Amino acid sequence: MDYVIEMLNIRKEFPGIVANDNITLQVKKGEIHALLGENGAGKSTLMNVLFGLYQPEQGEIRVNGNRVNITDPNVANKLGIGMVHQHFMLVDKFSVTENIILGSEPSKAGQINMKEAIMGVRQLSEQYGLSVDPNAKISDISVGMQQRVEILKTLYRGAEILIFDEPTAVLTPQEIKELIAIMKTLIKEGKSIILITHKLKEIMDVCDRVTVIRKGVGIGTVNVPETNPNELASLMVGRDVVFKTVKKDANPKETVLDIQDLVVKDSRGVASVNGLSLNVKAGEIVGIAGVDGNGQSELIEAITGLKKSESGKVSLNGKEIQNMSPRKITRSGIGHIPQDRHKHGLVLDFPIGENMVLQTYNQQPYSKNGILNYKNIYEKARTLIKDFDVRTPSEYTLARALSGGNQQKAIIGREVDRDPDLLIAAQPTRGLDVGAIEFVHKRLIEQRDRGKGVLLVSFELDEVMNVSDRIAVIYEGKIVAIVNPKETTEQELGLLMAGSTAGKKAGEEANV
Amino acid sequence: MSKRLINIIVPIIAVILGLLAGAIIMMITGYNPVDGFSALFYGMFGEVFYAGETIRQLTPYILSGLAVAFAFRTGLFNIGVEGQVLVGWLASVWVGLAFDLPKIIHLPLAILAAVAAGAMWGFIPGFLKARFKVHEVIVTIMMNYIALHVVNHIIRTVLTKGAERTPDVPQSALLKSPMLELMSDYSRLHWGILIALFGAFLMWFILEKTTRGYELRSVGFNHHASEYAGMNVNRNIILSMVISGAFAGAAGAMEGLGTFGYASIKGGFTGIGFDGIAVALLGGNTAVGIILAAILFGGLKVGALNMPLETGIPTELVDIIIALIIFFIASSYIIRWALTRNSKKGVK
Ligand SMILES: Nc1ncnc2c1ncn2[C@@H]1O[C@H](COP(=O)(O)OP(=O)(O)OP(=O)(O)O)[C@@H](O)[C@H]1O
Ligand SMILES: [Mg+2]
Repeated sequence: MDYVIEMLNIRKEFPGIVANDNITLQVKKGEIHALLGENGAGKSTLMNVLFGLYQPEQGEIRVNGNRVNITDPNVANKLGIGMVHQHFMLVDKFSVTENIILGSEPSKAGQINMKEAIMGVRQLSEQYGLSVDPNAKISDISVGMQQRVEILKTLYRGAEILIFDEPTAVLTPQEIKELIAIMKTLIKEGKSIILITHKLKEIMDVCDRVTVIRKGVGIGTVNVPETNPNELASLMVGRDVVFKTVKKDANPKETVLDIQDLVVKDSRGVASVNGLSLNVKAGEIVGIAGVDGNGQSELIEAITGLKKSESGKVSLNGKEIQNMSPRKITRSGIGHIPQDRHKHGLVLDFPIGENMVLQTYNQQPYSKNGILNYKNIYEKARTLIKDFDVRTPSEYTLARALSGGNQQKAIIGREVDRDPDLLIAAQPTRGLDVGAIEFVHKRLIEQRDRGKGVLLVSFELDEVMNVSDRIAVIYEGKIVAIVNPKETTEQELGLLMAGSTAGKKAGEEANV
Repeated sequence: MSKRLINIIVPIIAVILGLLAGAIIMMITGYNPVDGFSALFYGMFGEVFYAGETIRQLTPYILSGLAVAFAFRTGLFNIGVEGQVLVGWLASVWVGLAFDLPKIIHLPLAILAAVAAGAMWGFIPGFLKARFKVHEVIVTIMMNYIALHVVNHIIRTVLTKGAERTPDVPQSALLKSPMLELMSDYSRLHWGILIALFGAFLMWFILEKTTRGYELRSVGFNHHASEYAGMNVNRNIILSMVISGAFAGAAGAMEGLGTFGYASIKGGFTGIGFDGIAVALLGGNTAVGIILAAILFGGLKVGALNMPLETGIPTELVDIIIALIIFFIASSYIIRWALTRNSKKGVK
């Protein structure tokens, strides 16, 4: 069997760390090849080497058996290698077509031939079943659609080998299904795919082979039909992993968070939280289940003060906090693990150490009389980095240089450490490896057991069902049902999330 | 190559490339570059007089560079330093003329007036940006013209009766120092350099050591995360522009109380504010970098005066060299690219 891609004995170093140490990856034509490894294992780095963004210190790359030297992404494009990045690289104000042709515009006498471009995009989109509207503006389409635009971009440049870096981390379950179908179509059309994902289920479902790396070292390649999720997990972590979260029964006490008839408008002026009521008690985890776009983000933004609410009440420990400043709300006892870690969670150009005091920099012992105390700041950072297993060369490393999962762990460490009465966790395990997910879930439950309230928002039904003590289903800006995770099923939840009025709605809503 | 090293090497290479290009132009136009450059360097530091003049010239450059850099570190482009310099200049002279006080009060008061005027001129675009999301570049550019004409008008109608320049500021409000002038062979060297160096220290201290600086930097890098963390983004935008304007106002005082000792009607801009943009860029928006860049700019400006005297090379050529240095700095991306490319090759 011929390999389309061979990366042999690749070594890539960063200051203070060997990100790839003698890794070999061989991809067969027409297969979906998974790349599996813990956060910070070096997956993105390896793919960036293949895509020409980094130059390896050692090793060789072969494409279709020929040794190549991929000095930059243009060379990669010419060799038929395309990459869909973890964070999209699209121009918001441009249309889909403009984004796709950017850099390789079809032109006649210096004039961009838009008609031809739109036709080309439409044709590609149909061929691969992507159903993308070539004229839509990027800012108007969903994340899932934006991802398809990224896919189209690589196809438009003639990619034969597509690299997907954690494509499903940002998608809803429905979108994931559709993406998997798209990947299967791509394979049918003769493309090859390298897929990075932390979700073992996805690997079992769609991949042919999987290469595992651990702390920068290649562990080996296995055929998917000959393995199982448990084996993969222990290969990757180096120990056994427990999938089912174990926890004692909750022991809810007084109400920490009480929301009454909350109305919040989104940026277009539509009331996306529309008369929502919900409460969270001390010592319990309330999970919010719902399809993306039913008001989850606006709800969290309203609670944390990032967005104004139109009407209704939000009380924390009995005190009203709606429309107070984010600082006041934070200080009164709310911690927030934000959904978008790059936008809200971190100042990427600050060292990771300075990020650890993003809310507390003006309090003792991190500062006094307006003067920062770097010694105490970095000491705190070192403790958190150790306690939360953030893998970074040092506390002075820029947050930008950390792997996605380790950035997330740093944020979680910071928020949990402030020991808030209410911890809001929005997609806290997005992009984390199974070991880290286990760790985060344990921490959330630990907070609960210490008598704190936890509000969990997640699109992963598994997560909501495993971790929560109560599940609140959100639909069109309202809580339409409260269910007990022990008594419900994925099917029932799925129906409720889709707005079905059957089931528990009527009886349970009265108890909210 | 470490990022820090690259940040230091890039401006140095840009300067060398600019000088090289200048040498080529001198050769093409029929001058001897060796003579030209030796005249240039002699004109910078060759005599105590020249050294004094160079220091005098670079003093406002440090402050205007700081002004640009301070705003930039908070993610704002203060193109209005020029106008803030002008109002600072005017305010310092005004206070200098209006009061009769002992020096220990009069001089600080005049400088503070300049700082306050610059700060106020910076406040307006900061406020408009924070409150109405009006882009600061547009507002600051317009504020430059407003400053120019308002200042001219005040000089003509309020401070004088239609004269071209104000009377001289009394000694009690001047930065000028007979002692320094004597020491430097009667150059116009004045005490302002100490204020400029203190300004550089202040910028470093505010940004790196204080909680306020932490906020300003944080807002500059990511205002979403800053808002999430409870910082008041709008207040920081305004504050940044105010502090930036204050530095620029102080630069104006250097001219008003130091170099000239009066204010005069201007047909156009002084250039101090615009050169500040280049100084900040060359200095990498850091305090130490700005001091070094200001030395270079001040030196080139003063040294240039000597070139026509000794070699007949027109001063315009020096302006071209400065422009080329700025050009190479602005295209530092290319240098960066070449550097990293080479270091890649070195590894293989
Ligand atoms: N530009 C960089 N500079 C310095 N160190 C880096 C850089 N990029 C990555 N690293 C380090 O290299 C290691 C591997 O990072 P990489 O992003 O490849 O991990 P990953 O396997 O993709 O992890 P994740 O699943 O969390 O995305 C990490 O320890 C990271 O801190
Ligand atoms: Mg990654």
